[in-house]
Amino acid sequence: MISEVGHFALVLALILALVQSVVPVIGARRNDAALMAIAPPVAVTQLLLIALSFAALTHAYVVSDFSVVNVYENSHSAKPMLYKITGVWGNHEGSMLLWVLILALFGAAVAWFGGNLPTTLKANVLGVQAWITVAFLLFILLTSNPFLRLSPAPMEGQDLNPLLQDIGLAIHPPLLYLGYVGFSISFAFAVAALIEGRIDAAWARWVRPWTLAAWVFLTAGISMGSYWAYYELGWGGWWFWDPVENASFMPWLIGTALLHSALVMEKRNALKIWTVLLAILTFSLSLLGTFLVRSGILTSVHSFATDPARGVFILTILLIFIGGSLALFALRASSLQAGGLFAPVSREGALVLNNLLLTAATASVLVGTLYPMALEAVTGDKISVGEPFFNLTFGPLMIPLLLAVPFGPFLAWKRGDIYAVAQRLYAAFGIAILVTLAVIWATSGGPVLAALGIGLATWLMVGAAAELLFRARFGDVGFAAGWRRLAGLPRSAYGTAAAHAGLGITLLGIVAVSTFEAETITVMRRGDTATIGAYEVSFDGFENRAAGTYRELVAHMTARKDGEVVARLDPSKRIYEVRQMPTTEAAIVTHGFSQLYVTLGDTTAENDGITVRMWDKPLVTLIWLGTVAMMLGGALSLSDRRLRVGAPKPARAAPRPGRTLAAGE
Amino acid sequence: MTRKQRRLTLIAAAGTVLAVSAGLVLNAASSRITLFKTPTEIAEGLAGQGDQRLRIGGLVKDGSVLRGEGATVRFAVTDTVNDVPVTYVGLLPDLFREGQGVVAEGRLGPDGVFTADNVLAKHDENYMPKEVVDSLKAQGVWEGDGAGAMKSN
Repeated sequence: MISEVGHFALVLALILALVQSVVPVIGARRNDAALMAIAPPVAVTQLLLIALSFAALTHAYVVSDFSVVNVYENSHSAKPMLYKITGVWGNHEGSMLLWVLILALFGAAVAWFGGNLPTTLKANVLGVQAWITVAFLLFILLTSNPFLRLSPAPMEGQDLNPLLQDIGLAIHPPLLYLGYVGFSISFAFAVAALIEGRIDAAWARWVRPWTLAAWVFLTAGISMGSYWAYYELGWGGWWFWDPVENASFMPWLIGTALLHSALVMEKRNALKIWTVLLAILTFSLSLLGTFLVRSGILTSVHSFATDPARGVFILTILLIFIGGSLALFALRASSLQAGGLFAPVSREGALVLNNLLLTAATASVLVGTLYPMALEAVTGDKISVGEPFFNLTFGPLMIPLLLAVPFGPFLAWKRGDIYAVAQRLYAAFGIAILVTLAVIWATSGGPVLAALGIGLATWLMVGAAAELLFRARFGDVGFAAGWRRLAGLPRSAYGTAAAHAGLGITLLGIVAVSTFEAETITVMRRGDTATIGAYEVSFDGFENRAAGTYRELVAHMTARKDGEVVARLDPSKRIYEVRQMPTTEAAIVTHGFSQLYVTLGDTTAENDGITVRMWDKPLVTLIWLGTVAMMLGGALSLSDRRLRVGAPKPARAAPRPGRTLAAGE
Repeated sequence: MTRKQRRLTLIAAAGTVLAVSAGLVLNAASSRITLFKTPTEIAEGLAGQGDQRLRIGGLVKDGSVLRGEGATVRFAVTDTVNDVPVTYVGLLPDLFREGQGVVAEGRLGPDGVFTADNVLAKHDENYMPKEVVDSLKAQGVWEGDGAGAMKSN
């Protein structure tokens, strides 16, 4: 009964979305306040209905109602409660429902927080948002209904894929979707601006916080997914350039570009058309990501089940939205007036460079992701594109970008002085060079590229700090006054510095772990000792255990450094009974920023020993800590709503929303 | 600078970045890709040896898995018509079993032995690598449900 209520609520939400997608847009066209006014309450009601539907499915999982096909296929009564709840989106139908729930959440957020939006813009934005909702609700109801019943109801469910029975499933998909779907707001604003044929700096001031929020969530989602794959899959890697990863990485890259171009638009009223295009492209790549993952074109742990009808349906949605918005862009972009002028060497110029390089990098990832599929479709040849390809394409495009990052915040708007900036940065540059030389010396003729990479990471971190120190004017006003000024800097300045430094931290982790990682694979028997990095790991024996829906073989190990016991390790191999599926649970010991990572292979024929793979991963956690710094930077900047990022002076009086900036020179 | 000069600067910068990235992609696409081959294609000499990275897909031949001392494993990948001997140093994936689908990535030596640096098996019980399915279909020995054998129920 409850499931039927959930299904019915979804149908009602579809009807409301249909109303919302037509009526407010007509209202905006006719300037009819009554028609436009229906959008906000409808958007909020839609959220309530979809939330009700989601709650109904969650209820079916919590009580293990196996008469619902979706629950039967993906749950088990003996599963811990956390995984029963997260299992709601650990399958195709449920994850699409989560997708739509978040879409409705963002729509309702515009209705709630959009009080100071011009009425026609708000009506159009909510209208466009409803188009997306209609498309995806239809998709769920027609091809992926999570509420289908099964009769007679089975006694027991088929359990959830063991790889997904992890706290990661509780965190990764919701965060990722908040990011993916959050970009729908920028998209709706862009399309609404094209419909109205009008766009100004105030538009960018509304779009930027939404974009920033989505970007923070997407950063968190990708980073969490990477760490999850790292510890759960037992391969010891943290990024595989897998098409599914690329699918989430492309919106992130182009979303980062959007974030920076919206800054130019907000502050200087320039790059309008480009910003609108980026907003469209960002959400288009989010849709492409959804298509790649959900259509079953790619086979991976993310594609739960395939059904050709679904692929065709999402492809249709994709074509309508991307094709439609780009066609609208082509028709209407010329009606948007060009804004402020700037010299090539200026803050705007630096942000344009950022945009160019990020867009090119996105394109290279897009080619690497789609080329194999296109080639197979056209010629039937099967190829795969992996790390070597991306190292040669994505990597070289990132180097000039990362080199340029510290310059950006130092450059003045409109016309910058590159020599003056270079003077302010020479200390940071000197430190980076010294670090590079120190690494070369310490590794005694080791890989020069790694030393340069670490130098580049230092450059990013010190350069970010240099910007704060320069703005505090320690040199001019003395130490005490400098501290006061530093503390008084706007949060957005700290946000920029944290995000840019985070880039350096992540880079440092990547370079360190890919260059200085040690790995050993060996067969160990009771009492054996193996050396990895600075550690000696001894094998103390096996233990068989059973818990919940699995039984496991645990290998007890002790890690010693200089004879002292530093950690006990219990890597294990599990068999999940219901699906008879084995998994490997790695044992990970964090020491400082580095990790010792141990996984098990097969037991020897006599069952007295086991293959053990061990890694010493120096500074590996910096990869994710850097993304935390980026998120923190985004959140700081977001909390500083009254001030615009990159204001040349910490002007306390923020312009009121709605004020149009003076255009150009 | 005039508006026109500024625009030209911008276009030149965009053009440069575009040209460089296109060059990088083309260069990488010609040298850094991995070709997929079936055991039969390898037996017929259709696959390059030496530097070209290959992926081979098929089933792990029954009775072919030999674990040496240390972490070296030898097995054969078969599409039921032809076999390719494979050596691999490392941990095999959890779902690596005889008679099950597998994809090995690496290089083909002049002696016809494939040295794998990466071995992929299924992610779960319901799923078989698409390349393996295609390889078996090519030999007409595929017994799945035709939809790609992702879901057994």
